[in-house]
Amino acid sequence: MTKGFVISMAIASAALAGSAVAETIAPDAVEIVDMEVAASLTGQPGDPIAGRKTFADRGKGNCLACHLNEDLKEQLFHGEVGPPVDGAADRWTASQLRAIVVNSKDVFGGQTIMPGFYTLNVGINVAEEYQGKTILTAQEVEDVVAYLMTLSQ
Amino acid sequence: LALGGTVMAGGPADDKLVIDGEIEIITRTAAPDGHPLGELISGWHYRTEETRALEADSFQNPGMLYVERGAEIWNTVEGDAGKSCASCHEDASETMKGVGASYPKWNEAAGKPFNIELQINECREANMGAKPYKFDAADQKALTTYIKHQSLGMPVGIDLSTGAMQEWWDKGKEVYYTRTGQLNLACATCHEGYNGMFIRADHLSQGNVNGFPTYRLKQADMVSLHNRFRGCIRDTRAEFPPAFSDSLMALEVYVTWRSSGLSVETPAVRQ
Ligand code: HEC
Ligand code: HEC
Ligand code: HEC
Repeated sequence: MTKGFVISMAIASAALAGSAVAETIAPDAVEIVDMEVAASLTGQPGDPIAGRKTFADRGKGNCLACHLNEDLKEQLFHGEVGPPVDGAADRWTASQLRAIVVNSKDVFGGQTIMPGFYTLNVGINVAEEYQGKTILTAQEVEDVVAYLMTLSQ
Repeated sequence: LALGGTVMAGGPADDKLVIDGEIEIITRTAAPDGHPLGELISGWHYRTEETRALEADSFQNPGMLYVERGAEIWNTVEGDAGKSCASCHEDASETMKGVGASYPKWNEAAGKPFNIELQINECREANMGAKPYKFDAADQKALTTYIKHQSLGMPVGIDLSTGAMQEWWDKGKEVYYTRTGQLNLACATCHEGYNGMFIRADHLSQGNVNGFPTYRLKQADMVSLHNRFRGCIRDTRAEFPPAFSDSLMALEVYVTWRSSGLSVETPAVRQ
């Protein structure tokens, strides 16, 4: 059974359970296959405007800590630890971007500094308030992916 | 890349630190054998021009007030034995010269490395009949700053050959490379992999310890080394160990070795 098939089964059984809306995929059920996560984590499309806010928000994505982003010029400080995200949509598909945001380690390798935003496979001694929680919610991941898809040059 | 209002200035500043025009500070030096970095660079090089200037002038350095306070404590009698630090150690500029540059040091009786804070508490309890300081008590920071300041300009160098220092170094190295917290970062991820780069508004340094306790402009206060360690660990969204716990003492041994050869800058000025 392929990993992709497992995901579609999970979604299918959610649908069979009678809900009209597909259920959110739990962090430990997300399968990254060939560096892609094909389906929306929530079954819903992301909101790029909300995603833009999450990208800059220090308590959420805080993506600006590491990535320069011309589209967020109004923000004072942009980090330089990661590559600029300008034109990300020209380099990656939505499925690839979803995988990068969900758990960059599965795409760039275990040594990357970029945190996994929708994974429970994290460091030791997680502070109590963050235990069992992901940095972003499934919908916030979708919003950020939708936002990144607007970044073409 | 030109971006309106964005601060971009990678790498350490090309500058030289001479305090009051006379004390030359070694802020760049070749790393000791086995060190992952080729050159060691003081955190001073990663600060802004204004901050660097504050440290170069001891009249402007706000940390010097804590040195003065430390001198007062040094000469103040406290505790049941009716003694001050000076009763036994006399003139700190002679007896404490070089001490701060060589700590942590193996303490045979305690069976573990002692840093300056632990040694002060030991002397207060055993020799003065006074209570040990609580972690980060204002007087603990002032007295530690005063003692380290007596080694200003001297190169950091600890002795790993005594007692079990090497085992503590090994343990500290493990802590340094272990990823913690929800953000899943180790000390090395930031300070070894990305020093010289901006992480949002913070210019990442190599995380050297030669300036501690340091005066932080952001907090308008002295910051102890274990406070800094705990802050960095907390920023990974992890629980942080107690000050002076075995894991932070091991980390202090290891990170102090990583700073070998850089001059003591206490009190350094940082953002
Ligand atoms: C602590 C640093 C850090 C943070 C925070 C961070 N990233 Fe990254 N990111 C990196 C690094 C470094 C890379 C390059 C891969 C590598 O070297 O490991 C990267 C790569 C990427 C890429 C691929 C780059 C390309 O070629 O276009 C995208 C897209 C990306 N990150 C998006 C994000 C988003 C979205 C967030 C926030 C939700 C984020 N990053 C947060 C460090 C970070
Ligand atoms: C009654 C005497 C006495 C008093 C009072 C005293 N000490 Fe000590 N101190 C000693 C002795 C003895 C040693 C050496 C201990 C050893 O060799 O293990 C020592 C060692 C030290 C050292 C380590 C020196 C080195 O070379 O490693 C420091 C630092 C120190 N004391 C600071 C202080 C401070 C600060 C105070 C006041 C808060 C103080 N001492 C009060 C007796 C005293
Ligand atoms: C998320 C990135 C990050 C991680 C992980 C991190 N630090 Fe830091 N650290 C910083 C930043 C930012 C500063 C302030 C700027 C600077 O001096 O580098 C700093 C400062 C320091 C300083 C002060 C340097 C000086 O010259 O004043 C020391 C020492 C230090 N860190 C040690 C550590 C240790 C030890 C660990 C692991 C327990 C660690 N850091 C983990 C980001 C980090």
